[in-house]
Amino acid sequence: MTRVRTGELVLRYVLLLAVLALTVGPFLWQLSTSLKGPTEDIYSSPPSFLPEHPTLHNYERVADTIPVWDYAFNSLKVATANVVTNCVGSALAGYALARLRYRGRRAATLAFILAMLVPVEGIIIAQFTTMRELGLNNTLVGVVLPGCIGAMNVLLMRNAFLNLPYEIEEAAYVDGANVWQRFLRIALPSVKGTVAVVAIFAFMGAWDDFLWPLIVLSDPSKFTLTIGLNYLHGTFANDERLVAAGTVIAVAPLIALFAGLQRYFFRGVGEGAVKG
Amino acid sequence: MSSSTVSRVRRQWPLSPWLFAAPGLLIIGAFILYPFVSTLVNAFTDKRTLIPGEFVGLANFRELLHDDMFWIGLRNSTLYVLGVVPALVLLPLLLALLVQKNIPGITFFRSAFYTPVVASIVVVGLIWVWLLDERGLINSLLETVGIGRIGFLSDQWLLLLSAMAVTVWKGLGYYMIIYLAALANVPRELHEAAAVDGAGAVRRFVTVTVPAVRSTMALVGALSSVAAFKVFSEVYLMAGPSGGPAGEDTTLVMLVQRTGTGLTGRVGYASAISIVVFVVTVALMLLVLRADRRAET
Repeated sequence: MTRVRTGELVLRYVLLLAVLALTVGPFLWQLSTSLKGPTEDIYSSPPSFLPEHPTLHNYERVADTIPVWDYAFNSLKVATANVVTNCVGSALAGYALARLRYRGRRAATLAFILAMLVPVEGIIIAQFTTMRELGLNNTLVGVVLPGCIGAMNVLLMRNAFLNLPYEIEEAAYVDGANVWQRFLRIALPSVKGTVAVVAIFAFMGAWDDFLWPLIVLSDPSKFTLTIGLNYLHGTFANDERLVAAGTVIAVAPLIALFAGLQRYFFRGVGEGAVKG
Repeated sequence: MSSSTVSRVRRQWPLSPWLFAAPGLLIIGAFILYPFVSTLVNAFTDKRTLIPGEFVGLANFRELLHDDMFWIGLRNSTLYVLGVVPALVLLPLLLALLVQKNIPGITFFRSAFYTPVVASIVVVGLIWVWLLDERGLINSLLETVGIGRIGFLSDQWLLLLSAMAVTVWKGLGYYMIIYLAALANVPRELHEAAAVDGAGAVRRFVTVTVPAVRSTMALVGALSSVAAFKVFSEVYLMAGPSGGPAGEDTTLVMLVQRTGTGLTGRVGYASAISIVVFVVTVALMLLVLRADRRAET
């Protein structure tokens, strides 16, 4: 019944390849542009898809034009900090919401749900004002703080802990293990998958963010990669080879990360969307 | 639970649950909930970047009514929803059907189609600025086949349309995965029964697939309409900070960013625009989800 006929199979592959060209083609064109030498015509018509004399020269030039490696390092710091704080903070809070009994638990849960519903774009000016009052404007700490424990992640962790059977912890309970021991030794190791999902999304979210760093950071030496690229584009828009090299530097680590972790990725998107 | 464990729980230090929740509560309190409340308050003041401002009642909202830029922003953000949402509800569903069947190499295609989602919006924006450039790839292809060059990024409407296409392009893979999860729950027998009855692919899509994933379509509609109304990066990158020719491509969030930041930023006025963004996004969400509930009864 489920056998696929040859004709249908051919049609499927033709369509798949067409969509592939449409989704991945633009990245390859960008890569190709970044490898074209200064004497090559990048505006030719018909276009030439392969560089005639492939060169890494543009990657050196982009580093001479803007401190692209510093920007990448800033992005890496921001993304790493975001991963650590989100994993730790949302695991702790998620555990408190799912497994601990105390007065005010429902109020705490409600606070996270409300926070998840607030559109960040709508409060961005007030966040900016808050950050200035704290004296953290134009710092990487200021970039990290507002999203460093995402309400969505807390609720994801809460769901994961809720799905654990109570019996697992009960034995430790009877043996007199305290909250901290039960959390660290028993509950947390059982939800590793969700922690991985939170980590991946925290990294991507921080590495890709544009609007908030654009608002917080004003000093070019503190820029993250996305803001740096926008700056590069604005200042040197006339040389597409440079902009292309910059974008390749920005996107390559993410594609590598994604290729390595795609299994968790798809599970996470599916779960998050259905539950969220 | 035995009484001894209960007493053990009772003996627990009462503050420890709060210590677990404290970091999270502190962060969302300080950087989400407090800014939310202060946005509501600021909208009724004439607060500026370095000036605390005073209560001005509804003056900001009255000014909005006469602000051409606000209407341009509202128009563009609304057009964005109308243009992007139907495409993002339908195309990823078709794509999910295409990659659903387990044929050799399909996991590669699934991952490859997801690449635009992974790439940051700035990278995506700059790639498309280059593709759509007056002298870029798409125009040189158009010229090669004899159509001639089109100013995608210089015309106000073409620019908005191009930005919408980019949003759709970047969102395809994300919503495809959501649909894949939903399609996995559609009983195969339904399709087979319809096929036995002689229903063709299109008919099966309309009579079997669509009803089965209708609530997912509503979810995708809600998510994509809220995201579309708040569009910032695509248009900002393609049209520039000032919003294209004569600012005609400005969206509401671009207006919030432009009005509220900088040393002369009008925090109060930007907050009033933010309130409009809140109200419309909440309304969109309710509208789509309610339409879904009505469709089910």
